[in-house]
Amino acid sequence: MALLDVRDLSVVFKRKGTRPFTAVDGVSFSVEPGQTVGLVGESGSGKSVTSLAIMGLLRKRGAEIGGSVTFEDTELLTLSDKQLRDRRGRDLGMVFQDPLSSLNPVITIGLQITEVLERHRGMSRKEARVEAAELLDRVGLPDPQRRIDEYPHQLSGGMRQRVLIAIALACRPKLLIADEPTTALDVTIQAQILSLLSELVSETDTALIMITHDLGIVAGLCDDVNVMYGGRIVERAQRHDLFDRSRHPYTHGLLQSIPRLDAPRGEPLTPIRGSVSDNIEWEQGCAFAPRCPNATDVCWSEPPELKADDGRMLRCHNPVAIGDAVTEGAL
Amino acid sequence: MLRFTVRRLLQAVPTLFVLSILVFAWLRLLPGGPATALLGDKATPERVAAMNEVLGLDDPLYVQYFGFLGRILTGDFGNSLITGDPVMEEVSWAFPATLELSVAAMFLAVLFGIPMGYIAARFRGRFLDNATVVTTLVGVAVPVFFLGFLLKYIFTQEMSLLPPSGRQDVLIDATRVTGIATLDGLLTGEFDATWDAMLHLILPAVALASIPFAVIVRITRASVLDVQGEDFVRTANSKGLTTQIVRKRHVLRNALLPVSTTIGLQTGLLMSGAVLTEKVFAWGGLGTLLEQAIQQRDYPRLQGLILLFATVFVLVNLLVDLSYAIIDPRVRVR
Ligand SMILES: Nc1ncnc2c1ncn2[C@@H]1O[C@H](COP(=O)(O)OP(=O)(O)OP(=O)(O)O)[C@@H](O)[C@H]1O
Ligand code: SF4
Ligand SMILES: [Mg+2]
Repeated sequence: MALLDVRDLSVVFKRKGTRPFTAVDGVSFSVEPGQTVGLVGESGSGKSVTSLAIMGLLRKRGAEIGGSVTFEDTELLTLSDKQLRDRRGRDLGMVFQDPLSSLNPVITIGLQITEVLERHRGMSRKEARVEAAELLDRVGLPDPQRRIDEYPHQLSGGMRQRVLIAIALACRPKLLIADEPTTALDVTIQAQILSLLSELVSETDTALIMITHDLGIVAGLCDDVNVMYGGRIVERAQRHDLFDRSRHPYTHGLLQSIPRLDAPRGEPLTPIRGSVSDNIEWEQGCAFAPRCPNATDVCWSEPPELKADDGRMLRCHNPVAIGDAVTEGAL
Repeated sequence: MLRFTVRRLLQAVPTLFVLSILVFAWLRLLPGGPATALLGDKATPERVAAMNEVLGLDDPLYVQYFGFLGRILTGDFGNSLITGDPVMEEVSWAFPATLELSVAAMFLAVLFGIPMGYIAARFRGRFLDNATVVTTLVGVAVPVFFLGFLLKYIFTQEMSLLPPSGRQDVLIDATRVTGIATLDGLLTGEFDATWDAMLHLILPAVALASIPFAVIVRITRASVLDVQGEDFVRTANSKGLTTQIVRKRHVLRNALLPVSTTIGLQTGLLMSGAVLTEKVFAWGGLGTLLEQAIQQRDYPRLQGLILLFATVFVLVNLLVDLSYAIIDPRVRVR
């Protein structure tokens, strides 16, 4: 049985005076216990909104959430605020993109860890402090006994992200959502944080939803990959299927725009032309049509459905032909 | 924290130093020179000459300045032209009254302002919020003396609930200890005196509190709204913390930073309001002294008052900096 089952999730932002905006549109996927699932897509494709909706962190006002999110047989979307708070931090943890702004600047990192231990694991302040130091040690923060009384501004970016990971994992959640946890960090630190994350989740058998726009991260980490475009999933496949032969023109384009070590020298990268702003509405046709090299007339008039094809799910009228894979051995 | 406090205290010294130079220069720029300014237009030539001697007007400027500095540091501000009494005495007599009024007003403004601002933010866009915003707009716009008269009219003339003016009923023969009437009664055990002083204090304190209250409400509201949208509040919620803890520890603590700055600024501005309020309620504090001094160009007294107000302002800002450092660790290390 799946640990998390997202069915037909949709999020529509409605603000007075503006047209309703569908940020997430019928997204479905599931996560098995201990599994690592990737959620990939360009900026604005709805990755963060999807994760916030799962966590119940979207402000109710102005956002209409539809579909269902089942976590261990509990429907999360209909839980009361209080019931949600009982599970968040305990069963579901989340790590955010910007470690500086995501930590409270005026209280110690120690308190920011102990408060969640006190809340969910019923520890006393004292016990929680001991545990917090252990957690800091586990996420590789040097000198945790001293660091525990420091404030976020006294730590480096990488250390802050380690603290956020310690917070998210403090109560040994069954599911961790990491929303671009390395985007704000230096390249060398990125690798450290990623290996820390994958180490910790496999040690504790925690399921992980890895949100990123970096296919390289997905390649090293994820079992299953969901590719999002314009608020919808356009391709879902197991890691190897996706990287060995991507079938959706968008995924294909993404992979071709990644620099590769084994590419012949001087071969230009081919970025996807245009930008998200060129999208047409999904109701009209395929949102990717204005940028798609495979687009035909039907793409402009008929929205493609997400269908099983070639051992994967695919939303496309004219998928990239099998065997046309340019990404063999990439990454 | 201690080092921070000491450093801030030391930083206040140059500020006061510059200020003393300004006051010194100001007296010297007055028509007729400092001796005439300090003695008044009607002073005899002999007295002017004697004063020139004291001020050492023939000495180089820096010698004159250090003489001046020495005198003010020993509390010698000269004698008031109006009463002939030493300015220091006059001012220390009237200061407790103004202090009492200002502290009471600021206390009310903070006590009610922060919760109201917070509540307005929580009920943003709803009736309670709109009502608060309108009230505070009025609070800022209505002149203090008008509000004073209005309160007096309602609570003394119409309802006969509170005394119209003064600091204490003349029939109460209270012992003066600190000069702060509400406190003195407690110190000497004359509780009826304290009670009476409190009744006298209410209306002027409310009138004086109106502007700082309104400003504090608005800043608190804006600040809370601001902080509510911060990433770390989302993190706090993602941890499943109770709403109480999220609000208190994560939202309010951060939201109070700009509020404490505002409180400091408003305390500084309070003095101008205090002068008007004291007039309306015949409070008899520094406001009265200042008003007379300006009208009759009592420069010795003005000099004393200016230096006093400035010192208070510097001290208040010192307190604000300290409170800031208590809330915000980022300030402490710098
Ligand atoms: N509270 C909101 N109100 C209105 N629109 C929103 C809101 N939050 C997000 N959006 C919009 O929803 C869309 C999807 O945003 P989302 O943050 O999920 O993108 P993302 O895939 O996470 O991108 P990024 O890589 O930039 O983080 C964007 O167009 C964004 O402008
Ligand atoms: S449906 Fe058409 S436009 Fe959309 S990705 Fe497939 S080929 Fe391209
Ligand atoms: Mg995002």
